[in-house]
Amino acid sequence: MEFFSHQTSFPFMATRRVWYGLSALLMVVSLTSFFVRGLNLAIDFTGGVSAEVRFPQAANVDAVRAALVAGAFREPQVQSFGSSRDIAIRLPPQPQSATEIRTRLVAAVQGVDAGAQVAQLDVVGPQVGNELKWSAIEALGFTVFGIFAYIAVRFHTWRLSFGAILAVLHDPILVLGFFSLTQMSFDLAVVAAMLAVIGYSLNDTVVVFDRIRERFETNRRSPPAAVLDQSINQTLSRTIMTKVVTSIVVVALLFLGGPVLKGFSAALLIGIIAGTYSSIYISSAIALDCGLTAEHVFPSVKKAALDHLP
Amino acid sequence: MLEYARWKYVLVAAVLLLALLFALPNFFGEDPALQVARKDHANITADAEKALETFLAQKHIRFDKSYIDSGRLMVRFASVAEQLGARDAVNEEYKGTYISALSFAPRTPEFFRALGLRPMPLGLDLRGGLYLLYQVDVNSAVSQALEGYTQDARRALAAANIPVKEVTTVAVGSDKTNALRIVLPPEADVTKARAALATPLQGLTISTESLASGSGITGVMTTAQIRERQDYAIQQNITTLRNRVNELGVSEPIVQRQGIDRINVQLPGVQDSADVKDILGRVATLEFRLEDMQNNAVEAQQTGHVPLGSKLYTHTRFGRPVLLKREVIATGDQLTNATSGQSQEGPSVNVRLDARAGENMLRTTRQNLNRRMAVVLIEKRRETLTIDGKPVAREVTDEEVINDATIRGVFGNSFQITGLGAGEARELALLLRSGSLATVIYEVEERAVGPSLGRDNIDKGVTALIVGMMGVFLFMAIYYKTFGLVADLVLLANVVLLTALLSMMRASLSLPGIAGIILTVGMAVDANVLIYERIREEIRKGVSPQAAIRAGFEKAFSAITDSNVTTLIAGVVLWVLGTGPIRGFAVVLTLGIMTSMFTSLMGSRAVLTLMYGGRRKLARLSI
Repeated sequence: MEFFSHQTSFPFMATRRVWYGLSALLMVVSLTSFFVRGLNLAIDFTGGVSAEVRFPQAANVDAVRAALVAGAFREPQVQSFGSSRDIAIRLPPQPQSATEIRTRLVAAVQGVDAGAQVAQLDVVGPQVGNELKWSAIEALGFTVFGIFAYIAVRFHTWRLSFGAILAVLHDPILVLGFFSLTQMSFDLAVVAAMLAVIGYSLNDTVVVFDRIRERFETNRRSPPAAVLDQSINQTLSRTIMTKVVTSIVVVALLFLGGPVLKGFSAALLIGIIAGTYSSIYISSAIALDCGLTAEHVFPSVKKAALDHLP
Repeated sequence: MLEYARWKYVLVAAVLLLALLFALPNFFGEDPALQVARKDHANITADAEKALETFLAQKHIRFDKSYIDSGRLMVRFASVAEQLGARDAVNEEYKGTYISALSFAPRTPEFFRALGLRPMPLGLDLRGGLYLLYQVDVNSAVSQALEGYTQDARRALAAANIPVKEVTTVAVGSDKTNALRIVLPPEADVTKARAALATPLQGLTISTESLASGSGITGVMTTAQIRERQDYAIQQNITTLRNRVNELGVSEPIVQRQGIDRINVQLPGVQDSADVKDILGRVATLEFRLEDMQNNAVEAQQTGHVPLGSKLYTHTRFGRPVLLKREVIATGDQLTNATSGQSQEGPSVNVRLDARAGENMLRTTRQNLNRRMAVVLIEKRRETLTIDGKPVAREVTDEEVINDATIRGVFGNSFQITGLGAGEARELALLLRSGSLATVIYEVEERAVGPSLGRDNIDKGVTALIVGMMGVFLFMAIYYKTFGLVADLVLLANVVLLTALLSMMRASLSLPGIAGIILTVGMAVDANVLIYERIREEIRKGVSPQAAIRAGFEKAFSAITDSNVTTLIAGVVLWVLGTGPIRGFAVVLTLGIMTSMFTSLMGSRAVLTLMYGGRRKLARLSI
């Protein structure tokens, strides 16, 4: 079986203005939403209380909320998740100790239904949350920097590096936009997923660039746009195949992994789709608009014998 | 003809066999179990095991098997319900003698355990338990040190008859207090003052300046000294927490430093945080006191008549009664350091007190040569009792003599305790430190996961893993036919190799870790896809099948390594900067990239060469 039985020849370079436009639109929407609506940060970053309560039968969300308010908890957010018997409770940082919070919380929910059990209780101090926020930003910064450095060394011309960097920034911004628009809970695991997305997104771009380097080596005379089109078309089957397979596992994770991994797998899925798009439509096109020609790609002599491979 | 060096076949086979051996213990699963330990840390005997088994049988609690593992009894159950029932029954019946903790016992056969092969430990999110993060107030540790220096400086100057205007602690070149400033009146002799301060302020960076009101001497703690002080405070708290956690009897607890000033405590199987925190949150202090040598301690214990002005204690280690005078020579907050070391008389504990306690000690030892002095460890804790069906909290004070020794000489703020074994010296130093003014710690994070939720998380993770893998296997087999099956085999080998590495590292597996494994399965396919697509391209060009395979591996190599490096960068950053479950994910991601490179570059080449390498007539490939 093959997705493309014959070698495709889609004119990616000729139509690049369209894709730039689409990307620009998505970026604007994502960034606007991010700055206007912000993210629904989980207690990992804000500090506060998050609890999961299991009821013996379907729980009344409003009754639970009322009980919490009566129990002197400020601004409780109560929603059911998974099933109607599972209730998630989110509270802003509380002045009391974790032990006190637990006692009062148990009393409040058991007032609604004596059989209610607190299955999970997380209490994060506000300063821990603030620190985690910084360390997440730090991690993102280090990753982007490390990848920039790698690209700069790996592709001898800034034109390719610039294309790769724009594509790398493009994908996590879309993920941020998605989380901002849907107001899905943004927790530490989502940050981990975003870093993985940055890695994966670049992975595709690198494979395309690898092919561009190879094509330039053999077709020094061809116009650059044609060489880029050929390279993308020749790697298209692999790009799509790999992403389909990765998406299979991520979809399995999204639907079967339970609520804990929901945000994580959603971030991965969005990121993988965005990454595939940006490495096909954006990264090479940018390099072309930066004036990439065969001269810029120093063809390395790659005549290594097979036996030198592992 | 396709060829592959023989040693590479051997390497691939050896690595995979070894991996299979290490990964195997993970596939047997775990039973809910109850771990029973004696409160006094003694080993549980075979007789006690029988008694406990009979007890459980009487209570109609069914258990599968029980065995003694390093002095503790492990009882396995078929279900969590029986496990919980047994815990409650044992806790009720043996409250004074045993502590029991919920645990999991791997179903791995004895053979593996004997070889030291164990399954990956499960993280708290998968087995249930309590995670606590404490913040240590390291700045107060530094302030305490400065306070000590201040007192010493005042005393030294007073002894040298140098007038002092004021001594304050200040921040020099930092936003935190790190120095002390002594202001002398104009008539004071600064050179003399500096000479007098040389010993008490040893190690500080000292500078002098002239002020309008006189002259100032500033002593700044070096960065190294501050760090040492902070490390000492953290270490002291870790030791204390570790001792107390051991008392809880939890199986496989973790107490470790996190970052500069945090300590995380992980207690698998623990549900009730209130009980735990009563024990962990105890406040301890020390008292140095003279022994009452005029009266007989044994007699006092037997008659219950304690002489006036004395108090009866029990020696922690020897269990014998000790009669101590009520006057306190020095207390824990005056102890500045206690370390174990070697003296001419064998192992010893070197104790340092602050200046005030040192003077008291000097006076006491001068008058009481050859009498005995004891150290009492006092711990305050909260205990919840059930009175008339209602929980009542009360404060309990435990007091025990941790050491008593004869005063052999006259000493001040620095002395040695000798006549101990090496282990005893270390233990005593730890106890002394745990009773010295502990730096304040406070809880900043608490995460509790119930056991049933943990079970759910495992089930969900494993289901997602199996379904995801099946989907990938099927898709690869349909898309690449025989080659797809080879890729599936390689993928399976990759999961085995990854599991083996994680088990060897004893890295605990969390839900994000399982997600990492699933993701690795998805991404590991990539290398195979790159190779296969190249082979297809070559075939389309009309190259012979075997040459196509060779060219496929050759040409895909640079793309595979390049593209994996990028993910590796993200993985390593997360590994270094992440904590807890995020680090778990990063570890799996990073190792998964490496194992998938190995299996797809070497493993699949070995298999394909074995399959197609020797065939002379190979018309077409099933790809």
